[in-house]
Amino acid sequence: MGWIGETVDSIKSIKIRQLLTQAITLGMIVTSALIIWKCLMCVTGTESPVVVVLSGSMEPGFKRGDILFLHMTKEPIRAGEIVVFNVDGRDIPIVHRAIKVHERENTGHVDVLTKGDNNDVDDIGLYADGQFWLHRHHIMGRAVGFLPYVGWVTIIMSEKPIIKYILIGALGLLVITSKD
Amino acid sequence: MHSFGYRANALLTFSVTALAFICAIASFSDKFSNQNPSAEIQILNINRLKKQSYGNDEVSLTLDISADLQSLFTWNTKQVFAFVAAEYETSKNSLNQVSLWDVIIPDKEHAKFRIQTSNKYRFIDQGHNLRGREFNLTLHWHVMPKTGKMLADKIVMPGYSLPDAYK
Repeated sequence: MGWIGETVDSIKSIKIRQLLTQAITLGMIVTSALIIWKCLMCVTGTESPVVVVLSGSMEPGFKRGDILFLHMTKEPIRAGEIVVFNVDGRDIPIVHRAIKVHERENTGHVDVLTKGDNNDVDDIGLYADGQFWLHRHHIMGRAVGFLPYVGWVTIIMSEKPIIKYILIGALGLLVITSKD
Repeated sequence: MHSFGYRANALLTFSVTALAFICAIASFSDKFSNQNPSAEIQILNINRLKKQSYGNDEVSLTLDISADLQSLFTWNTKQVFAFVAAEYETSKNSLNQVSLWDVIIPDKEHAKFRIQTSNKYRFIDQGHNLRGREFNLTLHWHVMPKTGKMLADKIVMPGYSLPDAYK
């Protein structure tokens, strides 16, 4: 009777140790991804160092599904720069080009008007009611580089969330069932 | 170790890394291109200089713009976005930049051009500081690559001025 108890114990202990190791490995992977993301945020100076282009308003330069690398420095905003901004009250970032810049003497305060390259009119219709200019605190970053097509993964996952759940479920299954 | 899952995973990781590396090299190769663009702008006519009903000055003008931006195109260039901006200083604002006209140049053939046009976007000041104002006309360009780092530069042409009275 003693050896049955022993075998059961040994089986239980292996399972628990293996489970714990796998949980820790998963935790390490998630944490290192988070560390990399936060470091990127520090280096580029913006809240979101990478954005996906969601609309066709900057075609043919940026098509839907491209990703843009952003950078924000203390240097003043100048006309021609491609800026990513949030309008008060909406949380989808917009990527357009600054076409008019008025900078105040001394304070460095700027008024910026933007327009998408493929749009016929400027962005006044997109700003909040009664707002005619963008200010520095609206602007999240300047686009400095880009990669085509890579952003489609994000667009598909956000527009058809079922795919996101399937992917995460499959990944979870893979982690649990892998022998190491 | 030789299951389909492992092989697919290894293949995917390798191809993504290789693609990222190739994109970086393509972007890096842009540093070696020799670029000497040239441009010239003439103001053909100042059509109107007026004061709007709610106080700001507005100018309408006709420009003659000729430019040769062919040397900016490399094999990694998707398009060049060029625009002409009027830049001036007033007592209230240390810098004003107003874009007057822009164009998207999709390839090298279209990069050498001469065009006469009135300003595409309205030249409106914050205030009424435009009478007798001297300003620069700057041709900016923005090279958008097929992949990688974008670069922007400009040619500043100083010495233009607006009439002393409303017309």
